Amino acid sequence: MSTVALRADGLGKRYGKRFALEDCTLEVPAGRVVGLVGPNGAGKSTLLNLAVGMLAPTTGTISVLGGEPASSPAQLAKVGYVAQDTPTYAHLTVGEHLELGARLNPAWDTELAERRVARLGLSLDQKARKLSGGQRAQLALTLGVAKRPELLILDEPVASLDPLARREFLQDLMEAVAEHELSVILSSHLVSDLERTCDYLVVLVDSRVRLAGDLEDIVSSHVRLSGPRDAGHPGELVTARHTDVQSTYVVRYSGPIADPSWTVGQLSLEDIVLAYMERRTEPAPRALEVAR
Amino acid sequence: MIEFHLDGGSGLSPYQQIVRQVRHALRLGLLNEGEQLPTVKDVVAALAINPNTVLKAYRELEHEGLVAARPGVGTFVTRTLADTTLAAHGPLRADLRRWLGKARGAGLDEESIEALFQDTFRTEMRSVA
Repeated sequence: MSTVALRADGLGKRYGKRFALEDCTLEVPAGRVVGLVGPNGAGKSTLLNLAVGMLAPTTGTISVLGGEPASSPAQLAKVGYVAQDTPTYAHLTVGEHLELGARLNPAWDTELAERRVARLGLSLDQKARKLSGGQRAQLALTLGVAKRPELLILDEPVASLDPLARREFLQDLMEAVAEHELSVILSSHLVSDLERTCDYLVVLVDSRVRLAGDLEDIVSSHVRLSGPRDAGHPGELVTARHTDVQSTYVVRYSGPIADPSWTVGQLSLEDIVLAYMERRTEPAPRALEVAR
Repeated sequence: MIEFHLDGGSGLSPYQQIVRQVRHALRLGLLNEGEQLPTVKDVVAALAINPNTVLKAYRELEHEGLVAARPGVGTFVTRTLADTTLAAHGPLRADLRRWLGKARGAGLDEESIEALFQDTFRTEMRSVA
């Protein structure tokens, strides 16, 4: 089994003149639940579509579990994909979805699929279009899990679900991870969806990777410092705000801060991700001061 | 069997919260030697959290010698915390009271005392970690 779930090197995808993903160099370990977060239009779906081989790169290379995406039947069998908004076939019944899964996937787990459908209370002769949003998402997840892939990729799986359906979906996904030692990459524009479920995070802003790493490391290595105006700060600067007397910085720094003139604030994952998103529009420092 | 819960506003990561809740239950005698912790799958299904988070918490507890994993069965409590730490609470509390008295004597108000404590506590924890 490969130790790297996804490796990208200088990866880019251009549509016409615009790059949807640019210069993406990334190595995501296997055996993790990876969250891909970023604003709408940041390139999340493009990256995931490249990973499953639905798109071909314009520049650079990508490998998934050590192989080129969609290059062979064996590669296809290793990677499961639940596309944006968890699509199902409206005119097919739940039972027909399972049959389709069984015929298309060599490692299909019939027992698992049937057990999940029964537990969800879905009847086999129900048409997919009659299902609720939450049930449709669960059916799509069932197909993805019963395929028994090594890596399951999900694009915004819970974006359109109500809070209860969202929680149930993520519970089932995490249970599948615990049961089958599945690697997962899932995208969302909501950090709160990812905070509990992921242990690795990739932040994508404006078609570029801004931050990637172990989630705990990310949280423990960023702090908010506020202190007297323009005092030199330790660590790597993420964002800076200034008033006439005070400067507030978000920095990447994990050492002790002994200087008593700093007030040190802990940042939540959401604060950190927002800081990196804010950084994208960061003009020259001078202009930033004027703007605030 | 205990049940875990996650507090979003606590500022602690889910893994730290689980470790704390186990230690807390051990101190209060809610968990005793030989008793089983919830299985990883049960915790994951109940809280919708990453299985690695639960494994990491259990591994830390194991490392501290509080629990032991029996492969294929589950994780069991091997030691209780009730006697050792409760006894230490009294003298520590007395020390803290004396320190608070000193802080007030130096003219600090409640907020300043809290800020000083929080700040020192965080810096200490940070340098220990």
